[in-house]
Amino acid sequence: MPTSPDEPDPSAPSAVGAPAGAPAALEARRVVKSFGGVHALRAADLLVRPGEVHALMGENGAGKSTLIKLLTGVYRPDDGVIALHGTERAFRTPLEAQTAGISTIYQEVNLVPMMSVARNLFLGREPRRYGLVDLRTMNRLASEILERYGVRVDVTAPVHTLGLGARQMVALARAVRTDARVVIMDEPTSSLEPREVQTLFDVIRTLRDQGSAVVFVSHRLDELYEICDRVTVLRDGRTVHSGAMAALPRMELISLMLGRDLVAAQDGRVTAFAPDRSQRRPAPDDAALAELLPAGRRGRWARQAIPGDSDSNATDSGRAALSVSGLTDRHRLRDVSLDVAPGEVVGLGGLLGAGRSETAQAVLGAHPAAGTVSVDGKRIRRRNPQAAVRAGIAMLAEDRKAEGVIPGLSVRENIVLAALPRLSRAGIVSTARQDRIVEFFMNRLRIKASGPEQKVQDLSGGNQQKVLLARWMCLNPRVLLLDEPTRGIDVGAKAEVQGIIDQLAAEGVGVLLISSELDELIEGSDRVVVLRTGSVAARLDGDEVTAPNLLAALAGDGSGLGEPETGEPELGESESESAGPESGGADEGEGNAS
Amino acid sequence: MTATVIEPVDGAGTRERILDLSQRYGVYVALAVLIAVATALNTDFMSVSNWRVQMFEAAPTVLVALGMALVIGTEGVDLSVGATIALAASIVPLYIGYGPAPAIVLALLLGAASGLVGGSMVAFAGVQPIVATLSLMIGVRGLAELLNGSSAKPVADATIGDLGEHTLAGIPLMAWIALAATAIVAYTVRRTTFGRQLVAIGDNKRASLLAGLPVRRVLVTVYVLSGILAALAGVLIVGHGAEADPANQGLNMELSAITAVVVGGTPLSGGRVRVVGTVAGAMFMQLISAVLIQHNVPTSTTQIVEAVLICLAVYVSRERGTR
Repeated sequence: MPTSPDEPDPSAPSAVGAPAGAPAALEARRVVKSFGGVHALRAADLLVRPGEVHALMGENGAGKSTLIKLLTGVYRPDDGVIALHGTERAFRTPLEAQTAGISTIYQEVNLVPMMSVARNLFLGREPRRYGLVDLRTMNRLASEILERYGVRVDVTAPVHTLGLGARQMVALARAVRTDARVVIMDEPTSSLEPREVQTLFDVIRTLRDQGSAVVFVSHRLDELYEICDRVTVLRDGRTVHSGAMAALPRMELISLMLGRDLVAAQDGRVTAFAPDRSQRRPAPDDAALAELLPAGRRGRWARQAIPGDSDSNATDSGRAALSVSGLTDRHRLRDVSLDVAPGEVVGLGGLLGAGRSETAQAVLGAHPAAGTVSVDGKRIRRRNPQAAVRAGIAMLAEDRKAEGVIPGLSVRENIVLAALPRLSRAGIVSTARQDRIVEFFMNRLRIKASGPEQKVQDLSGGNQQKVLLARWMCLNPRVLLLDEPTRGIDVGAKAEVQGIIDQLAAEGVGVLLISSELDELIEGSDRVVVLRTGSVAARLDGDEVTAPNLLAALAGDGSGLGEPETGEPELGESESESAGPESGGADEGEGNAS
Repeated sequence: MTATVIEPVDGAGTRERILDLSQRYGVYVALAVLIAVATALNTDFMSVSNWRVQMFEAAPTVLVALGMALVIGTEGVDLSVGATIALAASIVPLYIGYGPAPAIVLALLLGAASGLVGGSMVAFAGVQPIVATLSLMIGVRGLAELLNGSSAKPVADATIGDLGEHTLAGIPLMAWIALAATAIVAYTVRRTTFGRQLVAIGDNKRASLLAGLPVRRVLVTVYVLSGILAALAGVLIVGHGAEADPANQGLNMELSAITAVVVGGTPLSGGRVRVVGTVAGAMFMQLISAVLIQHNVPTSTTQIVEAVLICLAVYVSRERGTR
């Protein structure tokens, strides 16, 4: 995360300038929140007026979720002011915020699955008669209320029998009471069908017309431009923009979110990546590495790590190290195909929810999807991580904590984890070989630990990430999938990791690089494949990999910049934006923002 | 949905450190103190005959607890071990006619089969371990009583009797077997691929899966091992009592085993297996009840003391901080 913590940001607009006479329905002024020394919000402002739908935008880790939780009483701000209808408030619990008139609909549906629809709807405020719950009235009212939301279901059936969309509607109906003056919706559409989205929008318009203020969070740009009146953009815990939605072009919105100035000079390089492919160098001590690394059972691992060799077949042979075609799953991915040549770094771009992580996980076989994955032209039959790793694929997962490190084990054990079978004879681990490899990688990657026996949970984020890189490097993989390899690590470690990626490519590894940081994607990649709502929206090659082209591809508003290469059937289909429901639960790890 | 990264604190608090130390070594200290106190109260406690009795009592628990420690190391639990003991016990008198070896092998195979069923439910069907093995616990004991009838059957075979009664160099054969099993399990956990994978899976299953570890195979194997060890304990119990009584043998053994594992410092949240600690835990629980009984403390009080000790052990081994 950025290093300058608390300094006030002069560029942040002041939200205090509410029009006189019309107090804001909900206002946050300069709110600050940090968790264990990490700033989630540095100086966030938000001003929502009565009778408007307000978009709250920001990428992963920008602080959206934290801000919402502050507004709804889940967390309390370290500093700053939250005001409701012009009165300063300090909510201690979510209940207090609710009582004060703030309704919240979360992305995950908070319903009691085994209870009936009607009971869920009236949970905690059941109509009573003689001190008992008046079931008949409750069921009748529930039917009437849901009717207004376009949901016709048996209200006595348990909620878990309903579809996701219907459940979202029930949650909405429960949250939005007629007296709710502020409604906060955190990605309410992520699990809705297009038709249901329209029903939801009708509800939102009704709310707006009766003077409620609605805060709307979504990653679907089309929806935002359709329903929202004004927008506030957060980045790195600060409010970086606030204004009318219609006055903000898509490209500008995206560059605000990603923190990349459209007109910024192109030659100022900000990453440690080599300027171009020909200048990548393998690590000097690779001969030693080749001797050290265990040869796999099937001899695939006997690949020489000699740079000249791999360079020659990298471009000419045309045989992809990784070839993926037609990845399609139920919600998130539609017909994603891409190739990575040996020694090539292919960037995978896209906004939050575009399906980048899902693509990487599907390639590894950890996310169920149809389609084929081949390594060196050889198709992987059984689609599970074990088979993929054996075939030479390795993936650095986005969520280091949940999907990467084994926190209670030592640095040594974390490094050799995946290579254990290859370092063993008859199932018995060879400590000597293990020690040599661990020592080698701790030196080469400069892993700062008190020793190989230190527990990984006690290392800093950057060192944990290096341990994970070492875990994959000692498998000598053909293909490395890197999902946000530099997120949440300090500047120094970031540069080192970027350098390592270059080295690996120079050694002939095919790299698929996912990054939300445009600079990293642009400077680190030879080519970029851009995903939008689960399908390939553009492919940028060589000189086309520039910030304006990438932003245009991300925005998908067909502004004519960087015409992607032809021959791709999926190119620029703007209608693909609204089609296809996305599953909410598996969203791109909003919760993992660190 | 928190955006929290807890940075490691250098030199954790003193209280944390004490808890950590007591989790690691507490059981050995407690065991030493208990032996010292018991000896001070009654010098007969250190007599060879007393120790022999205690070993006879503790050996089956140690065997079962070793398997349980492996299962708990994967963040699971195996409630079916008591029933597996009964199953092994029921099969011995039925096949003893073919000689002791086939009867024992069959008993162990049945234990493995029971573990295979439980492990498959956990690994492939994704059933929660407590549910999967609870259903097995009920069903397998039913099966054992079906095979044997609910009455106890005498087992007069010399070999099986020796397993349960004989001593070698003054130490019960059962204790030697438990010792050997301890050594094997300890080596397995520390030095084999399987053992290290087991611990990694218990600590972070998703990460282990993404690292290409054979998660399902390891899980199934763990439950199979637990079943085999329980069946072995069942054979020893039959030999010791010279009878097979599936209705009563192995009753509540799963709870004793879990207690031994927890008291031994293995956290229920998985990711760590303390093999020697488990043995110490089993010995400690055996000795504490023996000492109390020897001093004519009523059984009800003994149970309360045991409960307090378990609470203490769980408190010490509880998950510290957030992950």
